[in-house]
Amino acid sequence: MSEFEPRIVAFLCHWCTYTGADLAGTTRQQYPPSIRVIHLMCSGAVDSIYVLKALIDGADGVLIGGCHPGDCHYQTGNYKARRRLAILKGILNQMGFTEDRVLLKWISASEGKLFADTVTKMTNDLKKMGPNPMKQLWNA
Amino acid sequence: MAKQTVLKVSEGRPEKAIQGFLKSLLEKEVVEAILVPKGLPSGDGFAQTLIHDPEKMDGMCALSLTMPVQSAKVASHLSIKNLNKKVAAVLKACEIRGIVELAKFLQVKLDNLLLIGVDCPGTFEVSDYSKMVQEGKEGEKLAGEILTGMERGETVAPQGYTFRPACRMCEYPIPKADIHIKLFGYKAEEEVGLEIEEKLGKELEEKGLLSFSGNEPSSRNEVVGKVVAERTKKRDAVFQEFRGIVKDLQSFLDRFSTCIRCHNCMVACPICYCKECVFKTAVFEHEGDQFLRWADRKGGIRMPTDTLIFHLIRMSHMVTSCIGCGLCDSACPSRLPVATLFRSVGEKIQKMFNYVPGRDVNEVPPVATFKEDELKIESGSI
Repeated sequence: MSEFEPRIVAFLCHWCTYTGADLAGTTRQQYPPSIRVIHLMCSGAVDSIYVLKALIDGADGVLIGGCHPGDCHYQTGNYKARRRLAILKGILNQMGFTEDRVLLKWISASEGKLFADTVTKMTNDLKKMGPNPMKQLWNA
Repeated sequence: MAKQTVLKVSEGRPEKAIQGFLKSLLEKEVVEAILVPKGLPSGDGFAQTLIHDPEKMDGMCALSLTMPVQSAKVASHLSIKNLNKKVAAVLKACEIRGIVELAKFLQVKLDNLLLIGVDCPGTFEVSDYSKMVQEGKEGEKLAGEILTGMERGETVAPQGYTFRPACRMCEYPIPKADIHIKLFGYKAEEEVGLEIEEKLGKELEEKGLLSFSGNEPSSRNEVVGKVVAERTKKRDAVFQEFRGIVKDLQSFLDRFSTCIRCHNCMVACPICYCKECVFKTAVFEHEGDQFLRWADRKGGIRMPTDTLIFHLIRMSHMVTSCIGCGLCDSACPSRLPVATLFRSVGEKIQKMFNYVPGRDVNEVPPVATFKEDELKIESGSI
Protein backbone atom coordinates (compact mmCIF):
# COMPACT_ATOMS: atom_id res chain seq x y z
CA MET A 1 0.00 0.00 0.00
CA SER A 2 1.25 3.47 -0.85
CA GLU A 3 2.17 5.85 1.93
CA PHE A 4 -0.61 7.95 3.42
CA GLU A 5 -0.57 11.43 1.92
CA PRO A 6 -2.44 13.87 4.14
CA ARG A 7 -4.69 16.47 2.62
CA ILE A 8 -4.66 19.92 4.19
CA VAL A 9 -7.25 22.62 3.56
CA ALA A 10 -5.67 26.02 4.16
CA PHE A 11 -7.57 29.25 4.75
CA LEU A 12 -5.08 32.03 4.04
CA CYS A 13 -5.54 35.73 4.55
CA HIS A 14 -4.99 37.92 1.52
CA TRP A 15 -2.63 40.43 3.07
CA CYS A 16 -0.13 38.23 4.88
CA THR A 17 -0.15 34.46 4.60
CA TYR A 18 -1.45 34.20 1.02
CA THR A 19 1.22 36.67 -0.06
CA GLY A 20 3.71 34.72 2.05
CA ALA A 21 2.71 31.55 0.19
CA ASP A 22 3.22 33.43 -3.05
CA LEU A 23 6.69 34.41 -1.91
CA ALA A 24 7.45 30.79 -1.06
CA GLY A 25 6.68 29.99 -4.70
CA THR A 26 8.61 32.81 -6.30
CA THR A 27 11.66 32.07 -4.14
CA ARG A 28 11.40 28.37 -5.08
CA GLN A 29 10.89 27.05 -1.57
CA GLN A 30 10.08 23.34 -1.61
CA TYR A 31 7.15 21.95 0.37
CA PRO A 32 4.84 18.93 0.04
CA PRO A 33 1.91 19.23 -2.38
CA SER A 34 -0.48 18.35 0.42
CA ILE A 35 -2.16 21.70 0.68
CA ARG A 36 -5.35 23.08 -0.94
CA VAL A 37 -5.46 26.81 -0.51
CA ILE A 38 -8.62 28.86 -0.03
CA HIS A 39 -7.94 32.55 -0.42
CA LEU A 40 -9.79 34.82 2.01
CA MET A 41 -9.50 38.50 2.71
CA CYS A 42 -8.87 37.97 6.42
CA SER A 43 -8.41 35.12 8.88
CA GLY A 44 -11.25 36.81 10.77
CA ALA A 45 -13.52 35.65 7.95
CA VAL A 46 -12.97 32.00 8.86
CA ASP A 47 -16.08 30.78 10.64
CA SER A 48 -15.80 27.52 12.57
CA ILE A 49 -18.27 26.04 10.12
CA TYR A 50 -15.68 26.03 7.30
CA VAL A 51 -13.09 24.36 9.48
CA LEU A 52 -15.40 21.65 10.71
CA LYS A 53 -16.92 21.08 7.29
CA ALA A 54 -13.46 20.59 5.81
CA LEU A 55 -12.62 18.04 8.50
CA ILE A 56 -15.89 16.14 8.15
CA ASP A 57 -15.77 16.22 4.37
CA GLY A 58 -12.34 14.71 3.96
CA ALA A 59 -9.48 16.97 5.03
CA ASP A 60 -6.88 15.47 7.34
CA GLY A 61 -5.88 18.86 8.65
CA VAL A 62 -6.85 22.51 8.43
CA LEU A 63 -4.38 25.38 8.38
CA ILE A 64 -5.51 28.91 9.10
CA GLY A 65 -2.93 31.54 8.18
CA GLY A 66 -3.23 35.13 9.33
CA CYS A 67 -1.19 38.25 9.97
CA HIS A 68 0.91 38.54 13.10
CA PRO A 69 -0.92 40.11 16.08
CA GLY A 70 -1.09 43.84 15.55
CA ASP A 71 -0.59 43.55 11.79
CA CYS A 72 -4.14 42.71 10.70
CA HIS A 73 -5.16 44.79 7.70
CA TYR A 74 -8.59 45.07 9.32
CA GLN A 75 -7.10 45.80 12.76
CA THR A 76 -8.45 42.86 14.76
CA GLY A 77 -9.58 40.05 12.44
CA ASN A 78 -6.77 37.71 13.48
CA TYR A 79 -7.55 38.07 17.19
CA LYS A 80 -11.17 37.18 16.47
CA ALA A 81 -10.10 34.18 14.41
CA ARG A 82 -7.99 33.03 17.36
CA ARG A 83 -10.93 33.19 19.79
CA ARG A 84 -13.22 31.44 17.35
CA LEU A 85 -10.75 28.63 16.85
CA ALA A 86 -10.15 28.35 20.60
CA ILE A 87 -13.91 27.88 21.06
CA LEU A 88 -14.14 25.27 18.29
CA LYS A 89 -11.15 23.36 19.62
CA GLY A 90 -12.56 23.55 23.13
CA ILE A 91 -15.84 22.08 21.88
CA LEU A 92 -14.08 19.30 19.96
CA ASN A 93 -11.99 18.48 23.03
CA GLN A 94 -15.09 18.29 25.18
CA MET A 95 -16.62 15.97 22.62
CA GLY A 96 -13.64 13.69 22.96
CA PHE A 97 -11.96 14.67 19.69
CA THR A 98 -8.57 15.60 21.04
CA GLU A 99 -6.46 15.16 17.92
CA ASP A 100 -4.73 18.38 16.99
CA ARG A 101 -5.63 18.68 13.32
CA VAL A 102 -6.28 22.41 13.11
CA LEU A 103 -3.34 24.78 13.10
CA LEU A 104 -3.51 28.55 13.38
CA LYS A 105 -0.31 30.22 12.32
CA TRP A 106 0.77 33.83 11.94
CA ILE A 107 2.78 34.11 8.70
CA SER A 108 3.57 37.51 7.23
CA ALA A 109 3.96 38.42 3.56
CA SER A 110 7.74 38.33 3.93
CA GLU A 111 7.90 34.88 5.53
CA GLY A 112 7.90 32.59 2.50
CA LYS A 113 10.33 30.24 4.19
CA LEU A 114 8.15 30.03 7.31
CA PHE A 115 5.15 29.16 5.13
CA ALA A 116 7.03 26.32 3.42
CA ASP A 117 8.36 25.06 6.76
CA THR A 118 4.89 25.21 8.33
CA VAL A 119 3.34 23.14 5.55
CA THR A 120 6.22 20.66 5.66
CA LYS A 121 5.99 20.22 9.42
CA MET A 122 2.21 20.00 9.42
CA THR A 123 2.29 17.37 6.66
CA ASN A 124 4.80 15.29 8.60
CA ASP A 125 2.80 15.61 11.82
CA LEU A 126 -0.38 14.53 10.04
CA LYS A 127 1.42 11.59 8.45
CA LYS A 128 2.31 10.40 11.93
CA MET A 129 -1.27 10.93 13.10
CA GLY A 130 -2.75 9.03 10.17
CA PRO A 131 -5.99 9.71 8.30
CA ASN A 132 -8.60 11.88 9.98
CA PRO A 133 -11.16 9.54 11.59
CA MET A 134 -13.86 12.21 11.38
CA LYS A 135 -14.19 11.84 7.63
CA GLN A 136 -15.20 8.21 7.96
CA LEU A 137 -18.13 8.74 10.34
CA TRP A 138 -20.98 7.37 8.23
CA ASN A 139 -23.65 9.13 10.25
CA ALA A 140 -21.96 12.51 10.64
CA MET B 1 -29.30 49.79 47.72
CA ALA B 2 -32.41 47.98 46.64
CA LYS B 3 -35.44 48.58 48.82
CA GLN B 4 -37.17 45.77 50.69
CA THR B 5 -40.78 45.21 51.57
CA VAL B 6 -43.43 42.50 51.61
CA LEU B 7 -46.80 42.00 49.93
CA LYS B 8 -49.36 40.92 52.47
CA VAL B 9 -51.31 37.88 51.34
CA SER B 10 -54.97 37.45 52.24
CA GLU B 11 -57.06 34.27 52.17
CA GLY B 12 -53.85 32.32 51.72
CA ARG B 13 -53.68 33.24 48.03
CA PRO B 14 -50.28 34.78 47.17
CA GLU B 15 -51.11 34.90 43.46
CA LYS B 16 -53.91 37.35 44.26
CA ALA B 17 -51.52 39.61 46.17
CA ILE B 18 -49.07 39.64 43.26
CA GLN B 19 -51.91 40.33 40.82
CA GLY B 20 -52.96 43.25 42.99
CA PHE B 21 -49.46 44.67 42.93
CA LEU B 22 -49.18 44.29 39.15
CA LYS B 23 -52.60 45.85 38.77
CA SER B 24 -51.50 48.89 40.76
CA LEU B 25 -48.50 49.31 38.42
CA LEU B 26 -50.98 49.71 35.57
CA GLU B 27 -53.48 51.82 37.51
CA LYS B 28 -50.85 54.28 38.72
CA GLU B 29 -49.42 54.38 35.21
CA VAL B 30 -45.98 53.24 36.23
CA VAL B 31 -46.08 51.14 33.08
CA GLU B 32 -48.26 51.13 29.99
CA ALA B 33 -48.64 47.36 29.85
CA ILE B 34 -47.43 44.21 31.55
CA LEU B 35 -46.22 41.01 29.95
CA VAL B 36 -47.27 38.23 32.29
CA PRO B 37 -48.21 34.54 32.03
CA LYS B 38 -51.94 33.92 32.01
CA GLY B 39 -53.63 30.67 32.86
CA LEU B 40 -55.31 29.21 29.78
CA PRO B 41 -59.13 28.94 29.87
CA SER B 42 -58.75 25.16 29.88
CA GLY B 43 -56.74 25.51 33.09
CA ASP B 44 -54.03 23.13 31.95
CA GLY B 45 -51.37 25.58 30.83
CA PHE B 46 -50.11 29.13 30.57
CA ALA B 47 -49.37 31.65 27.84
CA GLN B 48 -47.48 34.92 27.95
CA THR B 49 -49.95 37.79 27.66
CA LEU B 50 -49.48 41.51 27.21
CA ILE B 51 -52.01 43.20 29.49
CA HIS B 52 -53.02 46.83 29.19
CA ASP B 53 -56.34 46.95 31.08
CA PRO B 54 -55.81 46.57 34.84
CA GLU B 55 -59.17 44.82 35.09
CA LYS B 56 -57.77 42.01 32.95
CA MET B 57 -55.14 41.23 35.54
CA ASP B 58 -57.31 38.58 37.21
CA GLY B 59 -56.20 35.11 36.26
CA MET B 60 -52.58 36.13 35.74
CA CYS B 61 -50.05 33.74 37.16
CA ALA B 62 -46.72 35.33 38.03
CA LEU B 63 -45.70 31.89 39.24
CA SER B 64 -46.54 29.93 36.10
CA LEU B 65 -45.33 26.37 36.29
CA THR B 66 -44.53 25.93 32.61
CA MET B 67 -42.40 27.86 30.14
CA PRO B 68 -43.94 27.32 26.69
CA VAL B 69 -41.74 30.02 25.13
CA GLN B 70 -38.61 31.78 26.30
CA SER B 71 -39.79 35.28 27.10
CA ALA B 72 -36.37 36.66 26.23
CA LYS B 73 -37.53 36.12 22.66
CA VAL B 74 -40.84 37.79 23.37
CA ALA B 75 -39.01 40.72 24.97
CA SER B 76 -36.86 40.95 21.86
CA HIS B 77 -39.87 41.18 19.55
CA LEU B 78 -41.51 43.64 21.89
CA SER B 79 -38.64 46.03 22.39
CA ILE B 80 -36.47 45.96 19.32
CA LYS B 81 -38.52 48.26 17.11
CA ASN B 82 -40.12 51.42 18.46
CA LEU B 83 -41.15 50.57 21.97
CA ASN B 84 -41.78 54.10 23.19
CA LYS B 85 -43.69 53.43 26.37
CA LYS B 86 -42.67 51.63 29.51
CA VAL B 87 -43.64 47.95 29.59
CA ALA B 88 -43.11 45.59 32.51
CA ALA B 89 -42.41 41.91 32.00
CA VAL B 90 -42.89 39.21 34.62
CA LEU B 91 -40.11 36.71 34.03
CA LYS B 92 -38.30 33.67 35.33
CA ALA B 93 -34.63 33.92 36.22
CA CYS B 94 -33.46 32.21 33.02
CA GLU B 95 -35.66 34.47 30.92
CA ILE B 96 -34.00 37.52 32.45
CA ARG B 97 -30.58 35.99 31.84
CA GLY B 98 -31.64 35.42 28.24
CA ILE B 99 -32.69 39.06 27.98
CA VAL B 100 -29.31 40.15 29.33
CA GLU B 101 -27.53 38.09 26.67
CA LEU B 102 -29.80 39.34 23.89
CA ALA B 103 -29.29 42.93 25.02
CA LYS B 104 -25.54 42.43 24.55
CA PHE B 105 -26.20 41.29 20.99
CA LEU B 106 -28.48 44.33 20.46
CA GLN B 107 -31.56 42.13 20.13
CA VAL B 108 -33.33 43.57 23.18
CA LYS B 109 -33.60 47.23 24.10
CA LEU B 110 -33.81 47.58 27.84
CA ASP B 111 -34.67 51.32 27.83
CA ASN B 112 -38.41 50.88 28.16
CA LEU B 113 -38.50 47.44 29.71
CA LEU B 114 -39.08 47.01 33.40
CA LEU B 115 -38.01 43.53 34.43
CA ILE B 116 -39.98 41.81 37.17
CA GLY B 117 -38.28 38.60 38.26
CA VAL B 118 -39.89 35.86 40.29
CA ASP B 119 -38.00 33.28 42.38
CA CYS B 120 -38.18 30.09 40.36
CA PRO B 121 -39.00 26.68 41.83
CA GLY B 122 -38.59 25.14 38.34
CA THR B 123 -41.08 24.44 35.60
CA PHE B 124 -42.82 21.39 34.17
CA GLU B 125 -42.98 20.26 30.58
CA VAL B 126 -46.11 21.73 29.02
CA SER B 127 -47.48 18.24 28.30
CA ASP B 128 -46.76 17.04 31.86
CA TYR B 129 -48.51 20.00 33.41
CA SER B 130 -51.53 19.51 31.22
CA LYS B 131 -51.66 15.84 32.23
CA MET B 132 -51.40 16.71 35.91
CA VAL B 133 -54.35 19.08 35.66
CA GLN B 134 -56.38 16.55 33.70
CA GLU B 135 -55.68 14.00 36.39
CA GLY B 136 -57.46 16.30 38.79
CA LYS B 137 -54.57 18.22 40.30
CA GLU B 138 -55.97 21.71 40.30
CA GLY B 139 -53.50 24.32 39.05
CA GLU B 140 -53.88 26.70 41.96
CA LYS B 141 -53.59 23.91 44.52
CA LEU B 142 -50.48 22.62 42.79
CA ALA B 143 -48.90 26.07 42.80
CA GLY B 144 -49.91 26.42 46.45
CA GLU B 145 -48.11 23.21 47.40
CA ILE B 146 -44.99 24.27 45.57
CA LEU B 147 -45.06 27.71 47.17
CA THR B 148 -45.38 26.12 50.59
CA GLY B 149 -42.31 24.01 49.83
CA MET B 150 -40.38 27.06 48.71
CA GLU B 151 -40.48 28.46 52.22
CA ARG B 152 -38.14 25.68 53.29
CA GLY B 153 -36.37 25.39 49.95
CA GLU B 154 -38.02 22.08 49.19
CA THR B 155 -39.73 21.99 45.85
CA VAL B 156 -41.28 18.62 45.26
CA ALA B 157 -43.02 17.62 42.07
CA PRO B 158 -46.26 15.64 42.37
CA GLN B 159 -45.93 11.88 42.49
CA GLY B 160 -44.99 10.46 39.10
CA TYR B 161 -43.74 13.78 37.69
CA THR B 162 -40.51 15.73 37.69
CA PHE B 163 -39.51 19.28 36.95
CA ARG B 164 -37.87 19.79 33.55
CA PRO B 165 -34.33 18.36 33.52
CA ALA B 166 -32.85 21.81 32.86
CA CYS B 167 -34.68 23.23 35.89
CA ARG B 168 -33.51 20.45 38.17
CA MET B 169 -29.92 21.38 37.44
CA CYS B 170 -30.39 25.15 37.27
CA GLU B 171 -28.21 26.90 39.82
CA TYR B 172 -29.72 30.32 39.13
CA PRO B 173 -33.21 30.25 40.69
CA ILE B 174 -32.91 33.85 41.88
CA PRO B 175 -33.49 36.54 39.24
CA LYS B 176 -31.71 39.86 39.03
CA ALA B 177 -34.42 42.35 38.17
CA ASP B 178 -35.77 45.85 38.66
CA ILE B 179 -38.52 44.34 40.77
CA HIS B 180 -37.84 41.01 42.43
CA ILE B 181 -40.70 38.95 43.81
CA LYS B 182 -39.17 36.73 46.47
CA LEU B 183 -40.72 33.42 47.42
CA PHE B 184 -37.92 31.28 48.83
CA GLY B 185 -37.91 31.57 52.62
CA TYR B 186 -41.28 33.36 52.78
CA LYS B 187 -44.44 31.90 54.22
CA ALA B 188 -46.44 32.39 51.04
CA GLU B 189 -49.87 32.02 52.68
CA GLU B 190 -49.03 35.15 54.65
CA GLU B 191 -46.60 37.22 52.65
CA VAL B 192 -44.23 37.34 49.69
CA GLY B 193 -41.07 39.41 49.53
CA LEU B 194 -40.50 42.36 47.27
CA GLU B 195 -37.17 43.92 46.43
CA ILE B 196 -37.18 47.00 44.25
CA GLU B 197 -34.35 48.91 42.66
CA GLU B 198 -33.83 52.17 44.55
CA LYS B 199 -34.91 54.81 42.06
CA LEU B 200 -37.96 52.85 40.98
CA GLY B 201 -38.72 52.14 44.63
CA LYS B 202 -38.85 55.87 45.34
CA GLU B 203 -41.19 56.42 42.41
CA LEU B 204 -43.54 53.69 43.62
CA GLU B 205 -43.47 55.10 47.14
CA GLU B 206 -44.28 58.60 45.88
CA LYS B 207 -47.17 57.28 43.83
CA GLY B 208 -48.48 55.63 46.96
CA LEU B 209 -48.18 52.10 45.62
CA LEU B 210 -46.41 50.71 48.61
CA SER B 211 -44.21 51.60 51.51
CA PHE B 212 -40.92 50.02 52.39
CA SER B 213 -40.30 48.36 55.68
CA GLY B 214 -38.73 45.30 57.17
CA ASN B 215 -36.07 42.92 56.04
CA GLU B 216 -36.16 39.57 54.40
CA PRO B 217 -36.61 36.57 56.72
CA SER B 218 -33.35 35.48 58.30
CA SER B 219 -33.77 31.98 56.89
CA ARG B 220 -33.90 33.14 53.25
CA ASN B 221 -30.17 33.06 52.57
CA GLU B 222 -29.90 29.59 53.98
CA VAL B 223 -32.93 28.37 52.02
CA VAL B 224 -31.60 29.79 48.75
CA GLY B 225 -28.17 28.36 49.50
CA LYS B 226 -29.72 24.95 50.02
CA VAL B 227 -31.63 25.07 46.73
CA VAL B 228 -28.57 26.23 44.79
CA ALA B 229 -26.38 23.58 46.42
CA GLU B 230 -28.85 20.80 45.61
CA ARG B 231 -29.18 21.86 42.01
CA THR B 232 -25.44 22.31 41.57
CA LYS B 233 -24.95 18.80 42.89
CA LYS B 234 -27.57 17.52 40.45
CA ARG B 235 -25.91 19.46 37.62
CA ASP B 236 -22.51 17.96 38.32
CA ALA B 237 -23.98 14.47 38.48
CA VAL B 238 -25.78 14.98 35.16
CA PHE B 239 -22.60 16.32 33.55
CA GLN B 240 -20.60 13.39 34.82
CA GLU B 241 -23.12 10.87 33.58
CA PHE B 242 -23.34 12.58 30.20
CA ARG B 243 -19.56 12.77 29.79
CA GLY B 244 -19.49 9.08 30.54
CA ILE B 245 -21.85 8.41 27.64
CA VAL B 246 -20.46 10.90 25.13
CA LYS B 247 -16.78 10.03 25.10
CA ASP B 248 -15.99 10.74 21.47
CA LEU B 249 -17.67 11.81 18.25
CA GLN B 250 -18.88 8.29 17.48
CA SER B 251 -20.54 7.87 20.85
CA PHE B 252 -22.07 11.33 20.47
CA LEU B 253 -23.53 10.33 17.11
CA ASP B 254 -24.80 7.09 18.62
CA ARG B 255 -26.52 8.98 21.45
CA PHE B 256 -27.94 11.52 19.00
CA SER B 257 -28.79 8.97 16.32
CA THR B 258 -32.50 9.78 16.59
CA CYS B 259 -31.93 13.46 15.75
CA ILE B 260 -34.22 14.18 12.79
CA ARG B 261 -32.62 17.52 11.88
CA CYS B 262 -35.85 19.41 12.50
CA HIS B 263 -33.91 22.39 13.94
CA ASN B 264 -36.52 22.78 16.67
CA CYS B 265 -33.76 23.23 19.26
CA MET B 266 -32.48 26.16 17.27
CA VAL B 267 -35.93 27.69 16.86
CA ALA B 268 -36.67 27.39 20.57
CA CYS B 269 -33.27 28.75 21.62
CA PRO B 270 -33.42 32.35 22.83
CA ILE B 271 -29.77 32.95 21.97
CA CYS B 272 -30.06 31.74 18.34
CA TYR B 273 -31.38 35.04 17.05
CA CYS B 274 -29.97 35.10 13.49
CA LYS B 275 -32.68 36.05 11.01
CA GLU B 276 -31.25 33.65 8.49
CA CYS B 277 -29.43 30.72 10.03
CA VAL B 278 -26.66 29.23 7.92
CA PHE B 279 -28.26 25.81 8.33
CA LYS B 280 -31.34 27.08 6.51
CA THR B 281 -29.32 28.39 3.56
CA ALA B 282 -28.14 26.87 0.32
CA VAL B 283 -24.84 25.93 2.02
CA PHE B 284 -26.59 22.80 3.23
CA GLU B 285 -28.44 22.03 0.02
CA HIS B 286 -26.02 19.52 -1.45
CA GLU B 287 -26.01 18.32 -5.03
CA GLY B 288 -26.95 14.74 -5.74
CA ASP B 289 -23.37 13.99 -6.82
CA GLN B 290 -22.10 15.15 -3.46
CA PHE B 291 -24.24 12.63 -1.58
CA LEU B 292 -23.00 9.91 -3.91
CA ARG B 293 -19.36 10.87 -3.32
CA TRP B 294 -19.87 10.67 0.45
CA ALA B 295 -21.62 7.34 0.12
CA ASP B 296 -18.82 6.15 -2.12
CA ARG B 297 -16.09 7.14 0.31
CA LYS B 298 -17.77 5.78 3.43
CA GLY B 299 -19.59 2.86 1.87
CA GLY B 300 -22.90 4.43 2.88
CA ILE B 301 -24.18 7.46 4.69
CA ARG B 302 -27.03 8.23 6.98
CA MET B 303 -29.76 10.43 5.53
CA PRO B 304 -30.55 13.21 6.18
CA THR B 305 -26.93 14.29 6.64
CA ASP B 306 -25.19 17.00 8.67
CA THR B 307 -26.07 15.99 12.23
CA LEU B 308 -22.59 16.48 13.61
CA ILE B 309 -21.91 19.80 11.96
CA PHE B 310 -25.34 21.14 12.94
CA HIS B 311 -24.91 20.54 16.66
CA LEU B 312 -21.22 21.40 16.84
CA ILE B 313 -21.45 24.60 14.85
CA ARG B 314 -24.60 25.77 16.58
CA MET B 315 -22.62 25.19 19.73
CA SER B 316 -19.59 27.10 18.48
CA HIS B 317 -21.81 30.04 17.58
CA MET B 318 -23.80 30.37 20.79
CA VAL B 319 -22.54 28.10 23.55
CA THR B 320 -20.63 30.91 25.28
CA SER B 321 -23.99 32.58 25.83
CA CYS B 322 -26.03 29.44 26.62
CA ILE B 323 -28.03 30.24 29.75
CA GLY B 324 -29.27 26.69 30.19
CA CYS B 325 -33.01 27.37 30.02
CA GLY B 326 -33.44 23.93 28.46
CA LEU B 327 -36.10 24.92 25.95
CA CYS B 328 -34.08 23.04 23.32
CA ASP B 329 -34.73 19.87 25.33
CA SER B 330 -38.42 20.62 25.60
CA ALA B 331 -38.64 21.33 21.87
CA CYS B 332 -36.90 18.13 20.80
CA PRO B 333 -39.37 15.63 19.32
CA SER B 334 -36.83 12.86 19.85
CA ARG B 335 -36.33 13.78 23.52
CA LEU B 336 -32.56 14.16 23.07
CA PRO B 337 -30.56 15.73 25.90
CA VAL B 338 -29.63 18.81 23.88
CA ALA B 339 -29.55 21.09 26.91
CA THR B 340 -27.30 18.72 28.82
CA LEU B 341 -24.93 18.62 25.85
CA PHE B 342 -24.84 22.39 25.52
CA ARG B 343 -24.55 23.01 29.24
CA SER B 344 -21.83 20.46 29.85
CA VAL B 345 -19.73 21.69 26.93
CA GLY B 346 -20.69 25.29 27.62
CA GLU B 347 -19.47 25.09 31.20
CA LYS B 348 -15.91 24.48 30.01
CA ILE B 349 -15.98 27.00 27.18
CA GLN B 350 -17.47 29.72 29.37
CA LYS B 351 -14.81 29.04 31.97
CA MET B 352 -12.10 29.56 29.32
CA PHE B 353 -13.20 33.19 29.14
CA ASN B 354 -14.28 33.48 32.76
CA TYR B 355 -17.72 34.34 31.45
CA VAL B 356 -21.10 33.73 33.02
CA PRO B 357 -23.93 34.35 30.54
CA GLY B 358 -26.65 36.57 31.92
CA ARG B 359 -24.52 37.81 34.80
CA ASP B 360 -24.12 41.44 33.84
CA VAL B 361 -25.42 43.40 30.88
CA ASN B 362 -22.21 45.46 30.80
CA GLU B 363 -20.01 42.46 30.05
CA VAL B 364 -19.07 41.74 26.45
CA PRO B 365 -19.74 38.21 25.15
CA PRO B 366 -16.54 36.25 24.39
CA VAL B 367 -17.35 35.95 20.69
CA ALA B 368 -17.61 39.73 20.34
CA THR B 369 -14.30 40.68 21.86
CA PHE B 370 -10.70 39.55 22.40
CA LYS B 371 -7.61 40.28 24.41
CA GLU B 372 -4.32 40.90 22.70
CA ASP B 373 -2.48 38.97 25.32
CA GLU B 374 -4.27 35.62 25.42
CA LEU B 375 -4.37 32.20 23.78
CA LYS B 376 -0.73 32.17 22.73
CA ILE B 377 -0.65 30.03 19.60
CA GLU B 378 3.14 29.77 19.67
CA SER B 379 3.03 27.89 22.96
CA GLY B 380 0.35 25.59 21.60
CA SER B 381 -2.30 26.77 24.04
CA ILE B 382 -4.89 26.49 21.29
